[in-house]
Amino acid sequence: MSASEIGFLALALLAVIGAAGVVLIDNPVRSALCLVLNFFVLGFIYFTLGAPMIGITQIMVYAGAIMVLFLFVIMMLKRQGAMAKPDKPDSRLGLAVVLGLALAVTVYATVIAPQGVTLPLGIKDYGTPQAVGVSLFTNFVWPFEVVSVLLLVGIVGSIMLAKRRI
Amino acid sequence: MLLPIATMVTEIPISWYLGLGLVMFCLGGVGVVVRRNPVVVFMCIELMLNAVNLTFLTFAAYGIYPGLNKATAYQSAMNGQMMVIFVMAVAAAEVAVGLGIIMAIFRLRNDVDVDDMSSLKN
Repeated sequence: MSASEIGFLALALLAVIGAAGVVLIDNPVRSALCLVLNFFVLGFIYFTLGAPMIGITQIMVYAGAIMVLFLFVIMMLKRQGAMAKPDKPDSRLGLAVVLGLALAVTVYATVIAPQGVTLPLGIKDYGTPQAVGVSLFTNFVWPFEVVSVLLLVGIVGSIMLAKRRI
Repeated sequence: MLLPIATMVTEIPISWYLGLGLVMFCLGGVGVVVRRNPVVVFMCIELMLNAVNLTFLTFAAYGIYPGLNKATAYQSAMNGQMMVIFVMAVAAAEVAVGLGIIMAIFRLRNDVDVDDMSSLKN
């Protein structure tokens, strides 16, 4: 087993531990921290795929900004006395596990198994900030503008929802 | 100029990355069904979005089908990467609005449990 395979397996193990922690741990703050671990490790996995720009964005936007937002809301709700009720396992648990396994097996059989041992194409420098910026402002400038309008609408909408009186 | 870890792009088979994405997606899906706290349900949705992002980037690096020529491969890799950026932006907007809705519901009912939120039923 080569060094890069061991490295990938270590990163993947950490990511799966984080993902499992989100689902299994009862305390919402702890599951949020598990999600931070998952997103952070995922940033490194993006680096190994040759996309450093996306990896850095992942760590900054997801592990930084979005998770801070989650933790703020969790702590605000906690302080006001919500979330006292723990998640009790009920009849849905067994059904959900069965359906999740069925989904995993189906996707594995139809998508992953036919792939064989495909290896990376080794495209040079497709993930550098320069290449991403050039692509974003030439071929993808129209979606880029639409997304910026969407983010503006999101900002205004969340302020409207969160304010008591406008 | 690239960091050392970026030169680690090597002979790992595509199925390893896709398998990681599949495990994360299924864990997130099970979490959405099982958990009752809406904030945790939201986090599980984020997990599923990230699994899909990983799949997009994997196909960007490995090519969607074998035998791509060089220019097509570069263009398809860029397309996959752009998709990831737009998914991230939409997810950020979604989180802001969704958490705002959760706060508004909490202010209305003083309780957060997805099983009790049934005002729109019938």
